[in-house]
Amino acid sequence: MEISDILTSLPVKEPKKLSIISFSGDFDKLVATFTLATGAAAIGYEVHIFFTFWGLDAIKKKQGRAFVGTGFLPKLFGFFMGGLRSAPVSRLNFLGLSPKIFRYLMRKKNVATLEELVEAAKVLEVNMYACEMAMHILGLQKSDFIHEVKDVLGVATFLEISEGGRTLFI
Amino acid sequence: MTTVKLDITAEHCPMTFVKTKIQLSKLQSGDILEVLLMEGEPLQNIPKSAREQGFKVLDVSHVEGQVHKVIIEK
Repeated sequence: MEISDILTSLPVKEPKKLSIISFSGDFDKLVATFTLATGAAAIGYEVHIFFTFWGLDAIKKKQGRAFVGTGFLPKLFGFFMGGLRSAPVSRLNFLGLSPKIFRYLMRKKNVATLEELVEAAKVLEVNMYACEMAMHILGLQKSDFIHEVKDVLGVATFLEISEGGRTLFI
Repeated sequence: MTTVKLDITAEHCPMTFVKTKIQLSKLQSGDILEVLLMEGEPLQNIPKSAREQGFKVLDVSHVEGQVHKVIIEK
């Protein structure tokens, strides 16, 4: 048997790649997204996060409530949705009290807070993208997002980027 | 060649991996990183992922209680 035959018969190892569709803007689900993203990036995975709909709130430059967007309705939506700091928890939000309690507990128990996880994702060069269609509906521009957002994408490019790895929808 | 010490015994997932990776990325080739970590997930996976990323794991030793020391060469 030739060496080239042996090489071609070896199993092809899949590239270590994780792609996450970040749909929910909920605090707890964003913690899950960024925990997986940073953990995977730290152990050598190529990581991509595609932010769409409510997920776009996590990558806004303005982290609190602000009239971001173009047009009356998008601005109003932008205000009520807010950014990373105003993300609600998916259950028992108690009018915004629960995220504050979670942040307190995370600090107290020495677990990375959502903001620390986002900063770690930036340092680890996790690839972040914004969904073109959702941005269009919400009147958002690329300049409304943190500069680490690499690109504005549609479905076809996301599928191409995520091909050959694992994909999660959170 | 420099030796850097990193204590992640008080950290939790994913910051155990994140802090190790960030510290390794700051080192030059040939530098040594001594990581103090807890048994369980960090002990099982930090030496493994370091090897997978092309770093050399020189030693893994028990320090005391649940604390272990992993020596990685970049």
